[in-house]
Amino acid sequence: MSERLAISKPVKAACGKTGTWRTFRPVVDREQCNACGLCAMYCPDGCIDDEQNIDLEFCKGCGICANECPKKAIEMVREED
Amino acid sequence: MANIPKEEYIFKTTSACAGCSSSLCLRHILKAAGPDSVLVVPACCTSVIQGIYPNTAFNIPVYNVAFAAAAAVASGMSTALRAAGRKTNVICYAGDGGTVDIGIQALSGAFERGTDFLYICYDNEAYSNTGMQRSGGTPLGAATTTTPGGKTEGKKDLDLIVEAHDPPYMATACSAYPLDLYKKVQKALSIEGPKFIHILAPCPPGWRYPADKTVEMGKLAVRTGMWILYEREHGQLTISGPSKNAMRKPLPIEEYIGKQGRFKNIDPRSIAILRQQVEHHMARIAREAEGIC
Repeated sequence: MSERLAISKPVKAACGKTGTWRTFRPVVDREQCNACGLCAMYCPDGCIDDEQNIDLEFCKGCGICANECPKKAIEMVREED
Repeated sequence: MANIPKEEYIFKTTSACAGCSSSLCLRHILKAAGPDSVLVVPACCTSVIQGIYPNTAFNIPVYNVAFAAAAAVASGMSTALRAAGRKTNVICYAGDGGTVDIGIQALSGAFERGTDFLYICYDNEAYSNTGMQRSGGTPLGAATTTTPGGKTEGKKDLDLIVEAHDPPYMATACSAYPLDLYKKVQKALSIEGPKFIHILAPCPPGWRYPADKTVEMGKLAVRTGMWILYEREHGQLTISGPSKNAMRKPLPIEEYIGKQGRFKNIDPRSIAILRQQVEHHMARIAREAEGIC
């Protein structure tokens, strides 16, 4: 059957490394962060893990995490070229 | 947040726009549904963001079908799975164009047949995948590429149409409240029969606001009463927490529409009509929740 149907296989980076889309990079201020996890919950692409490490290979730089952080612990910094 | 599973069913990453609220919804829907699920996706943003053939970012089975066919395909799929004795969740994940315009006959048919499935409509109020053309879900006064001067007709009330089919469970949700959405999907999947969830999904390029304001925009929709979160279980309506608070003292709707570029040229008359509709809708939902109507 798979011969006759167009079937895709699940892989990581199926759309390439979307981190290259970014113009602003989220930077977490560990002093301010209280590890509430709201940023990870609101990240549309699941790029933030339990320790608030951001996967910059894939983060598209939308800035939702910085906007929603109740402690204002995430800053969007312009990418250098 | 502790009760939301850590497991992700979408690999990093799809080609959705930065700040896409549909991706945010889908992440939490799949967490609630778990691995024994199959998605039926008609033409919409979700059918193009999956990846470049032969790769896909989705780690669960997805069946991509024609615009008008989603609910009909899900009907056949669900019947076949149940006949084989499997409890697999069949979930239709369709946009507003594929639901309120093109897919409505299939949706109506599946609800009439009593298919055991969950239909989720993520509503970004236009055909955004093809370049933001107007749909039946676009609200009055909103500019799209086919209504540059603002839409002259109102938004079609999909929830009333679905309610007329008397489903065992239907709910509204918003991408700004992922926990609420998660619970609603779990509850829907625990009930047998046709279920429906209507999600408001703000769209940064289409609604013309900065990508980082996606969650804020969803919250404003609920706080102004432009979108009401509720669930209707066997005809019994319950207003969800965030809307219950919002309906006590709603913010002025200008707070919501003023932040979106698509409402930039809206005229005061349209704002007055929108305000009237919001008040009317809130009153109707409040009456139903109290069991008056």
